[in-house]
Order: sequence, then structure tokens, then C-alpha cells
Amino acid sequence: MRTLIFRTIAPYLASLMVLFSVFVLLRGHNEPGGGFIGGLIAASAFAIYGIACGVAPVRRALYFHPMAISGFGLLVSGLSGVVSLFKDMPFLTGQWAEVHILGLAVDISTILFFDIGVYLVVVGAITSIALALEEREHV
Amino acid sequence: MAAESAYAVDLSRAMVMVPTTPADWLVVGPVAIPIVTGALLLMVRHQTRLHGSLAVAGLFATLLCNIGLLARVLGEGPQVMTMGRWLPPFGISFAADALGASLALVATLVAVVCALFAANDIGTVGRRYGFYPFMMLMMAGVGGSFLTGDLFNLYVWFEVFLISSFGLLVLGSQHRQLDGATKYAILNLVGTTLFLISTALAYGIFGTLNMADIARKADGLRESAPLTTLAVLYLLAFGMKAAAFPVNFWLPASYHTPRIVTAALFGGVLTKVGVYALLRVMVLIFPPERALLSGLIAWVAAATMVIGIMGALAQSDLRRVLGFVVISGVGVMLAGLALGTPEGLAGTVFYAFHSMIAMTALYLLAGVMNSLGGGYSLRSLSGLYAMHPLVAAFALILVLAAAGLPPASGLWPKVMLVRASLDSGLPWLAFAILATGLLTTLALGRVFILTVWRPRVAEKPQGSAMPQTGYLALAALCLPIVLMGVYPEPVIGVARQAADAILDAPTYIGSVFPGETAQ
Repeated sequence: MRTLIFRTIAPYLASLMVLFSVFVLLRGHNEPGGGFIGGLIAASAFAIYGIACGVAPVRRALYFHPMAISGFGLLVSGLSGVVSLFKDMPFLTGQWAEVHILGLAVDISTILFFDIGVYLVVVGAITSIALALEEREHV
Repeated sequence: MAAESAYAVDLSRAMVMVPTTPADWLVVGPVAIPIVTGALLLMVRHQTRLHGSLAVAGLFATLLCNIGLLARVLGEGPQVMTMGRWLPPFGISFAADALGASLALVATLVAVVCALFAANDIGTVGRRYGFYPFMMLMMAGVGGSFLTGDLFNLYVWFEVFLISSFGLLVLGSQHRQLDGATKYAILNLVGTTLFLISTALAYGIFGTLNMADIARKADGLRESAPLTTLAVLYLLAFGMKAAAFPVNFWLPASYHTPRIVTAALFGGVLTKVGVYALLRVMVLIFPPERALLSGLIAWVAAATMVIGIMGALAQSDLRRVLGFVVISGVGVMLAGLALGTPEGLAGTVFYAFHSMIAMTALYLLAGVMNSLGGGYSLRSLSGLYAMHPLVAAFALILVLAAAGLPPASGLWPKVMLVRASLDSGLPWLAFAILATGLLTTLALGRVFILTVWRPRVAEKPQGSAMPQTGYLALAALCLPIVLMGVYPEPVIGVARQAADAILDAPTYIGSVFPGETAQ
């Protein structure tokens, strides 16, 4: 699979896919998309990069171990449900806050953080499986 | 919700408007705490020295939460929280009654002891492969199963603890372990698929998956819907998970292969989740169907307990003996389900408490014997009384407990179940329970004589370290066993309250739907 064309195009393709996965993640609140599908797109990006350039560059690029990313995602999702404890509401009740970034009013919610957690869990889990399989192939 | 002021929206039509107090959060604690701890453990996967203390701290916090929850449930009745504030049945409810809360408490107690035992037993490699994260996520799944009030959510928690248990089973990656894990995985997936199919059928019939909602709608549909079929499907699916005869073959094929702590946790906790699910579905949701099937369940119960313990008599590997003792205990618990009387169900619940603690303790004892005597084979394991009298003392207590002899905890639930069987006019079921007790005494008595009393037959093993944590873990489990044996009143009280809780569907329904009158 390590042809010159593929190796040249893979980094661009992977970075575009990661960017697109973030777009899908953020779009997911009101329209089709969300953390799960976004995570799958990002994991495919890392898998393509791994097939083209080898597993070691992917692990270097990710910096953290994929399982650690997965764990962090689970932590973010879990804790986003706990915020409502301080508002006298049940577990996982969505909480909203309006923040002003550069003069723009943006609604931030715990639901978004839950979805980011799901995204990270999927990215971590699928990437770690994909990288483990790719490593096995090149032994 | 940001536009709340612009439109006049009546939120009370869609949402729970009663403010929740921090004490209400006790219902989700037994699930949320293990998940968060498991996530932290995944993040610090390489700092294996932190794992043991983090896991024990997390489980201890869960245990405190469970104690608080049980105290509240016993005082005020079922505790309900519906996730995301959506009104049930649209939001997923967690509904803890005395049955779920008490079983969750005992399961967590067992898990704390296992985590302590694992501190010495599971080395760096096992931790790198994720023993503790898997264990925490499994306990989250077990806690969720005990506390959820929604059938599909119950399925999800079953999957959570099953997938974690696959991870725990293959830890070590030896040929034997992969073999056991494959059998366990395939046969359990068949069981959970059946559970999923039954749940789809239930949704098709009732249009809801909230257990309280199903329970109140079932009466109106008895004439037209195939509820008996549904009950039989659930009986088969949960019977498989509980290892009831004739769908118990996966347990002896797999429970002797993993690390001994894993086997202890599985033998103590997992089959009881199946029994709990049977109790919840058959007694709370389908009481007339349970009454119709009670003859079948009684035969299944008797066959499970007698054939299970006969299997134990035939084994020469200590762990295989214990696997069959687990199965036989499941049969005893099913006897109470077959009877369906408050006394019988209370006996089942008490037996579940006893069995969780005693089976875990027996597996941990096997682990200690292995490290002292060098092996699990009954042919070579011997002479422990001469070398380690303390192990012999623990072994004696645990053999008495499993056989149902005083002064240990196995006596009282068996007394309750035998009396309930006689009261219901099923003397043969009472006889089966008593005969199982005798056969258990024989099977474990044989183990005790061979391992403890018999003079050493093999050479003394090379100096293995004194298992201090092993003794500590065994003491921590033997203490409640003896306490429940000599002073059973409080535990019988809790078991009776748990039995009343599942027999009293209107209270359960009323706690999930507080605004509406139960039909």
C-alpha cells in the first residue's frame, strides 16, 4: 500500500478528514452528525495515515496513547452529567451557558461536552484497534 | 432552553420539575463512580503502581454510596431518578428498591475485597493489560443492572459487564484462557441476543420499555398479547446468564481458566445478576405468567442444584469443583422464584447475599491454597493444616457456609426455602434442597479432607511468599459470613423487605410515576 501517490496524499487527506470530523461533531447538536460518527471519521483518518506512513508516525502525531484518549473521553462524558448536581436537577440534565467570544454570543452546553467525550472515546478505541491490527501486519 | 423567556412553555408537561437533592444522587453513584474511576485508570494506564489504590478508593466510595442508598431505600421506599429530567417513560429511570440496592451493596463489598486481593495477585503485566479498568467498568455494569428501571437499559448494562468480563477473562492470553473466553463469549452472546430479541418483542407489545410502565400496562394486555411467550423467552435468556440447567454448560467450560481473582468476582457476582434479572422480570412484571411457569421453574431449580453439585463431586481440580458449586447455588435461588411466596423470595434474596460472599471467598481461598501448596489439583494439594493452620480455619468456615451448616450464613436461607417449599406443598423441592446440602457437604468435605487433613503427598513447594493480603481478604469475607450465621435477624429483615418490594408492584409503579395513581 505504500505507493508514492498514497504516501503523498495521505497526510492531506487525513488532516482534511480530522477537520471534517470536528465539523460533523459540532453540527451534531441539531442536525445529522454527532460525536459517534465524528469519532469514526477521525479514526478512519488515523487509520489511513497509518496504512500510508506506518504506525509509528501516527502514534507520534497523536502524542497520547489512544486508550488514554478514550479514557479522557469517558471522563469528560461522565463529568458532564454531574454538572446538574449543582442545579438541583437529575443526572445528565443539560445545562446551558451563553458566552461571548469576540463579540459573538455562543451557547455552550454540557450536552456538547458529553458529545465531545463520545467523540474521544470512539477515536481512542477505534484508533487503538486499527493501529494494533496495522502493527501486526508489518511484523 | 436559552429561549425560555421568549415563549411560554409549560415545562412540567415534559420534565420532572421537583428539584433533586444531593441525597437523590445516591441512585446514580454506584454507576457513575466506577465509570469515572475506570476512565481515570485508563488514562493512567502506564502508571501501574497507582492502579490498585485508585481502584480500591473508587470502589470504597461506591460502597459508601451503596450503604447510603440502601439506608434511604429501607427508610423511605424505592428511590427513583429519571435521567436528563425527562418525564418517565421517556427518560430512562433508575429505580432502586430494597432488592436492587441490597444486592448492589453486597456486590460492591465483594468487589472491594477482590480489588484488595488483586493488589498482590495481579502483577504489572496484568495491570498494563487493564485488569483494574475492566474491573471498574464491570462493576459499573453490575451496579447499573441492579439499579436501572428500564428493560433496554438493563440490556445495555448486561453488555457493559459482559464486554468487561471478556477483557478480564483473556487477561494472560494463555491458550487455556483464550479457549475458556471463546466459549464464554459465544454462549453469553447467544443469551444476550435472546434478551435483546425478547426486549424488542416487549417493546412491540407494550410500546414502552420502562419496567414500571410495563408492569401497569401488562394487566390490560393479558387477554390479547403473547405475554407467556415473552416470559418464557426472558426465562431462557436470564436463565442462561444465571447458569440454570440445561443452559449452564458455559460456566464449567470457562470459570476455571482466568486469574483466580477474576474467577472469584465472576463466581460471586455475575450469576446473581442473572438471578436478579429473573426476579425483577418474572415477579414484578409477569406475576401470573410466573405462576403458570412455576412448575417448570421448580424442576429447573431442582435439576440445577442436584446436577450441579454432582458435577462438583466428580472433579479433581479445585476451581472446577467451585464452578459446579456456583451452579448448584443458582438452583437453590431459583427454588424461591418457583415458589413465589414472600418467604420463598426472601430466602432467595438471603441466599444471593450469602452466595455472593461465600463463593468469592471460596475462590480466593483456592487462590491462597494455590500459592501455598503449589497447584489447584486435588491429587497433589495437601498437608495445609500442618503448614498453615489459619488457612485450615478459613477453609472450615467456608465449607460449612457453602454446605449450609451452622454457624455460617448458608444455614438460614436454606431453612427459609425449605420451610417455604413445605408451606407451598412441594415437599420434593424441599427434599432436593436438603439433598443438595448433603451432597455439598460431601463434595466440599472431600476437598477439605484432601487439601487440609491429608499429609503432604508431594514435595514442599519452593518458598512462596506468605499471602498477607490473601488472609486479609479471606478474613474480610469470613466475618460477614459468620455474622450472618449467628445473628441473621437484620439480614432476614432486609431480605423480607426486598421480597416485599418486588411483590408490591403498585408501590414500585407509584415511585416511578409519583403524579399518577397506580392502576
